Amino acid sequence: MKKILIAATAAMLATGAGLFGASAADKLKVGFIYLGPVGDLGWTYQHDLGRLTMLKEFGDKVETTFLENVSEGPDSERSIEQLARAGNKLIFTTSFGYMEPTLKVAKKYPNVHFEHATGYKRDKNMSTYSGRFYEGRYIQGIIAAKMSKAGVLGYIASFPIPEVISGINATMLGAQTINPNIKVKIIWANTWFDPGKEADAAKALIDQGADVIMQHTDSPAPMQIASERGKLAFGQDSEMIKFGPKTQLTSIMDNWGPYYIERVKAELDGTWKSEDFWGGLKSKIVVMAPYTNMPDDVKKLAEETEAAITEGKLLPFKCPVIGQDGKEVECKGGTHLDDGQVLGMNFYVKGIDDKIPGK
Amino acid sequence: MGLIEAIILAVLAASTPLLLAATGELVTERAGVLNLGVEGMMIVGAACGFGGAWLSGSIIIGALCGIVAGVLMSLIFALMALGLAVNQVATGLALTILGVGLSGLIGARFVGEKISPAPHLYIPGLTDIPLVGRILFGEDAFVYLSLALVAGVWFFLYRTRAGLILRAAGDNHASAHALGYPVLRIRMFAVMFGGACAGLAGAYLPLAYTPFFIPGMTAGRGWIALALVVFASWLPGRLVIGAYLFGAVTILQLHAQGWGVGVPSQLMSALPYLATVIVLVLISRARTGGSTAPAALGTVFVPDR
Repeated sequence: MKKILIAATAAMLATGAGLFGASAADKLKVGFIYLGPVGDLGWTYQHDLGRLTMLKEFGDKVETTFLENVSEGPDSERSIEQLARAGNKLIFTTSFGYMEPTLKVAKKYPNVHFEHATGYKRDKNMSTYSGRFYEGRYIQGIIAAKMSKAGVLGYIASFPIPEVISGINATMLGAQTINPNIKVKIIWANTWFDPGKEADAAKALIDQGADVIMQHTDSPAPMQIASERGKLAFGQDSEMIKFGPKTQLTSIMDNWGPYYIERVKAELDGTWKSEDFWGGLKSKIVVMAPYTNMPDDVKKLAEETEAAITEGKLLPFKCPVIGQDGKEVECKGGTHLDDGQVLGMNFYVKGIDDKIPGK
Repeated sequence: MGLIEAIILAVLAASTPLLLAATGELVTERAGVLNLGVEGMMIVGAACGFGGAWLSGSIIIGALCGIVAGVLMSLIFALMALGLAVNQVATGLALTILGVGLSGLIGARFVGEKISPAPHLYIPGLTDIPLVGRILFGEDAFVYLSLALVAGVWFFLYRTRAGLILRAAGDNHASAHALGYPVLRIRMFAVMFGGACAGLAGAYLPLAYTPFFIPGMTAGRGWIALALVVFASWLPGRLVIGAYLFGAVTILQLHAQGWGVGVPSQLMSALPYLATVIVLVLISRARTGGSTAPAALGTVFVPDR
């Protein structure tokens, strides 16, 4: 069911005349592997926006190709290798599940540089990059606790991986600063993208009493359900206010453009090296959508929190962090949990009345 | 609105696209044709259905666009599998791949747009009946249409001569042909009916379920519809049970998670499929005397002249 779209087609047609002069071979070829369709309005959409921003920056020095709807797991290996074989010198694989396949292909093609999003395995020619989305989640937690009348938040989660778990924890830590007794109901959809199922999960959460809905899945369906039922919700990955003009409080938006520009520039300059990049509000990889549908004092609080996190004055995972068992979590970063602890997070904080699936 | 009522309403909505698509496929298979392209016809129906509704502002026109799109897709299948006698399995799979790509192309300009969903019925007096009113008289019209469709299909297959002939074409095409029935034409109409139902099922998603279009939004529901036909052992009545059972387990597992039932969510998500497999095994064990599948299902028929 894999659909292959050569994004470069248009670019190639446009520069068709140039083929006689400067050859297309002078261009740096950059490849992208996408999990969903570019029109998913969420995760993949934002990566593609980043790609387009980058293209705009470099003009005809760069040529890009993307493969969309590439399912995670071993099957993606072929797609990644296909890009490597087609002469792409820099390849971005944009989902957690591509980690092992990317690593495998990277070993096979030592002269090609790979960039894997949200993973933790690196190699000489394989970088990782991700966003500190938990910073945005902390702000959302504060807003949610302020806005929830029932004191019950509804959380639609995707898969129990550290990124998602740290998001839930950050939300609760933020919410607990406002209401120590706040409750969260968590439903795992076990998918990143299934509008129908996400809608059903949102309905279930609202029917069970949640009045602020947040999601870690990719479609605007939960926002729309919340809007239909007159509840409040947070968008995910991109601006979703269109689907809930009176519903969206804010949205954590992934802004990959600056990173893609930086890395492609390094590749062009010949200074690319394997790195581990993890940017948040400060590096503008994580951007908050305008704060809407809330009173001024809540908006002000949200803006202050955002500023404090951006300046590094407020750390969402500042110690002490108390686990579900009531014991303090080891504080490896001195004043806060260190990056390794957040990237590998597999525990819930105190106040979450649930269990991590499969644990 | 009580919780149980809310759950039942969610189950009705979740089951309807499955029931619609499966009903069409049941008729197609009863005529002896295995069309694995349900997912492809559905997603094109979703794209065209949304496009039609968005451009015209009418849910009914949207639904009609979905139906027409499904029929057109099924005609591609009919041309290949019936006209040119190409392998049905391969053609059906190709139709799905084509549909996924085509829907992305058609739907590209509608991504990010939204419409107001199909209205919920309101019949004064009836819808206000406590407990059952909202369930029996208060969902969108598609829900009741799908049930009426199953009833109609049952009546057609078992109470009309045309239905008997259709089943004959599916069970023994050579005999039906020898008796002078136009097997290929019968099969073509069955395939078109399947396409219309799949198109409508696909259109239900952006018109009533989640009122926007996004590529890939059917998310495998076409495959579930195919499985439901087997589950129902090709009987319309069992199809209703199967679709609602699947929908119920899907919704209940979400609620169970919200209540904090201590079962891993991965297992919960697999439950609808597990339940289907278990019931399937039970049915086939309880049955004596072989399979109930149409005897000529999936076989190519080329009339001798």
